[in-house]
Order: sequence, then C-alpha cells, then structure tokens
Amino acid sequence: MQRYSAFSLFSEALRGHTGWERAWRSPEPGGFYDIIIVGAGGHGLATAYYLAKNHAARSIAVLEKGWLGGGNTGRNTTIIRSNYLQDDSAAIYEKARSLYESLSQELNLNLMFSPRGVMMLAQTHHEARGYIRIANANQYQGIETEYIPPSRVKELCPIISIDGPRYPILGALWQPRGGTARHDAVAWGYARACCSLGVDIIENCEVTGINRDAGGVTGVTTTKGDIGCKKLGIVVAGHSGKLASMAGFRLPIESVALQALVSEPVKPCLDVVVMANTVHGYISQSDKGELVIGGGADGYNNYTQRGSFLHIEETVRALVETFPIISRLRMLRQWGGIVDMTGDRSPILSKTPVPGIFVNCGWGTGGFKSIPGSGWAMAELITLGEPGHLAAPFGLERFREGRFIDESVAAGVAH
Amino acid sequence: MLKFECPYCHCGVDETELVPGGEAHIRREGPGADDEAFEKYLFLRENPVGVHFERWRHAFGCGKWFHVARCTQTMEVFGTYPAQTLEPPRPIQKAVNSRRAG
Repeated sequence: MQRYSAFSLFSEALRGHTGWERAWRSPEPGGFYDIIIVGAGGHGLATAYYLAKNHAARSIAVLEKGWLGGGNTGRNTTIIRSNYLQDDSAAIYEKARSLYESLSQELNLNLMFSPRGVMMLAQTHHEARGYIRIANANQYQGIETEYIPPSRVKELCPIISIDGPRYPILGALWQPRGGTARHDAVAWGYARACCSLGVDIIENCEVTGINRDAGGVTGVTTTKGDIGCKKLGIVVAGHSGKLASMAGFRLPIESVALQALVSEPVKPCLDVVVMANTVHGYISQSDKGELVIGGGADGYNNYTQRGSFLHIEETVRALVETFPIISRLRMLRQWGGIVDMTGDRSPILSKTPVPGIFVNCGWGTGGFKSIPGSGWAMAELITLGEPGHLAAPFGLERFREGRFIDESVAAGVAH
Repeated sequence: MLKFECPYCHCGVDETELVPGGEAHIRREGPGADDEAFEKYLFLRENPVGVHFERWRHAFGCGKWFHVARCTQTMEVFGTYPAQTLEPPRPIQKAVNSRRAG
C-alpha cells in the first residue's frame, strides 16, 4: 500500500497527481475465508484490522451490502468521549478514546482527531449531582474529567447563555481529552490499513443467508454467491436483528432513527463540543464552519433513515435557548441513522447460540466514539472464542441474568 | 409526522399527542416463569423490517393505550385498534395482507 506523507504529496504534485493508487483494493470474493465480518462500517473494519494486526489472522473478508462506511459511520455527529459512570463502559470507551489519539499515525491517514474537549451541561440539580458523581467515578477509573462551575463554562464557550430562563446552567462535566474526528476518514483509514494487511473488503455484497450445520456456522450466502468460513462476525448495527434471524436466534434490540443536522457554515464561534442532555441537544462546529447538531432518538421502530420533524424542532428549540446567537442560522442538511438500542443502553459483544458466530451490536447512539475499542475487543473475542476483559461484561447472557450495565440512567439520551 | 386514528376518540391524532410504547401482543409470563421466559418477555423483540404491531398511548388526549399496525420501512399505517386483544383483529390482518402479499 502506498504510504501517504508530505514527501509523497510533494512528489505527486510535481507530476500532476497522476500516480495515486486506489486507497483500497476491490477484490471479488474468494470461496472460503477463516473469518468473515459482515458490515464494513467503522466497527466491522476495526474488527478486521485488529484481527489481522493483533492476532495475525490472515484469511479475512469484510462483506458490505452497500458502500464502505455508508451506514452510521457516515451519519453520526463525530463526538468522542469516555466519561461514563459504569466501570465496564468506561473501560471500553476509554480504550477507544486512547486509541483514537494515535490512530492517524498508526493508519497513515489524517483522521482529523481533535481533542477539543467535551462539555456536558448540568441544567437541573439532579443532573448536577449525577455529573459530580460521574466525575468522582471517572477519577477512580483513571479518566480525566472534572465538574466545572458556570463561570468556567462561559470561559470555555463564550457564546453560551448561562442564565437562560428555563434551564440555567449550573455547571458541567468537562472532559478535556474528548473531542471529534473526521468520521468517514475513520472508515477509510481502517479500510486502507486492512487492505495492506491482506483483508478482502467486498462492497455491494449483501448477505442473504447464513449457512450452518450441527457443528456451527459454515458460511454465508450472498448476492455474489456462497462464501465459506470458520467464524462469522456480525457487525451491522441497526440490521443485526435481521442477520440474527437468518442464523436462527433473536437479539434484545430495537432499531430506531437518530437524527442529525448541520447549519450553514459560519466563522469559528465554538471550539468545544457541548452536550445539553436535559433539553436534548448537542452541538459542535466542523472545520468547514457548519454547526453539527444532534438530538434525541425517535421512540419507535424505524428503518427509513429519516427521523421525525418533532425531534428536529425539539433539538433546535433547545439549542436556540442555550445559544441565542444561533437563532437566525439556516439549516443546510438533515439525515437519520438507524441505531440499535438495547434495554440497558449498553452494547453487545458476545458469543451467540450458534458456535462460530459472534455479534457486535447494540452501540445505539454511541457507536462512533467506540469504534477502535469495539474492534479491539471484538477481534479478541473472535480469535479466542471467548471474550477478553473488555468484552466480558457485554455478553448476551446479561439480559437473562439481570446483570445490566445500566447506562440509560447515566446517559438516557442520545450520546 | 406520523398520524393515526385513535380507536377510542375516533379522530386523527398527530405524533406530538402520542407516546410510543414498543411492540404489541407481548404476553407476560406467569408466576414461576424461568429466567429465559422473562428475558423473552422483557427484552427480546421482533424488530422487523416491515410490518410492526406496536403500542401507542394517546397521552395528550384520552390517555388510553391502543395498537397500530405500521410498516417500519415505508411508514405506511395499516390501521389502529383497541389494546384489549391478544392478536391483531381480522380487518387489520386483512388490510396488512392485501398490501403485503406473503
């Protein structure tokens, strides 16, 4: 694989940029792979990458029904943070966040990771108490966060109105090492790195059936023919239930739409990520100057990748209240992603009732930030056949055992 | 914006008046049920790409729960019916079948 560097950019410029290779190969599927990953989003590609890199797996295919990174990887608000209350969540999200720090160098692609700081506003006394508790928990977990007063909120984010009429700002949970990254680049970076490690990434190849015998999985049927495998990883977010039913088991997942929107570009006015969970809205400014805005998920099952106007209105209303300066901005684009919600709002990284099939899903509204950690833990799970310490708490059996990792209380809204 | 007819009020109702309640026709397991049965009751869901029978509450109206047959892929609504039933009534099933062959 061609390496990107200042020198390669310079030498290509001299010959009119005619020598660039494709960023990743586009092979036809082989007949058999040791490991097949379904879904070439961030999580699927990261899984394949760490399988090849950390566990020296060499025969891997990633199958994608559409195009690479065209699902939720390209539909989120790119926020990265790890300020979770529960130890199990904090461990895997912090692993992901710390991997993001050096990922651009590792993948040789600029992911534009920008640790600009994430601020979660406390706008009720309950919320303030909750965030103080999380800040204390994070201290024990070794995650750098602090609870800051309104004066510091105003200092970090001058355009905020801290004494709003309905929900004045009482403080905030501040994670200085949180931030954003270029979401498409994360998928592209992993794809390039996978490709140089010999992984076959096969786009436009929809899995239509899962083949199994008494001993477990034997392969998949796809729109490009049958492909055999020893192990199968299902990493398809909102469509996990559909694949699970092909394999003959059920998942505790419901798919709902989560929306985001961007405004017209404006001059730099906001250099942190601000999340207002009481009023349901979060906002950051992209390098192009657009305000990237997200809100609450719809409450009903939906596969349309469109959300309801109701939630756009709710989100925008909340943000105009918090940032009066944006009230006359026009919105440019709006879109929805299908997120896979579990009962406890924590992901599933697990073996399944079918030997050889593993699932990685249920990231719900928090998938983007967790991509590297999720891939790392999933690769370990697929290789060993048993979860490592990061994935162990996220098994499917927790729903039967009542052993939840309850983040719906800590972050019941989109996060 | 989703619009349904409330089967109690017999009038059109906007999404803003309603609260969604998830999958309908889930049967609660009786006393003495094992963990597996309770997992099924509490967490396992059909989550179909297609026709979904679901519960809604006319929260800012009559306050009653009712059921809706809706497609999760096209947002098409096949009909609404009162919640006091164990399965979708015949007219609803007919409406679904006529527009979704197989």
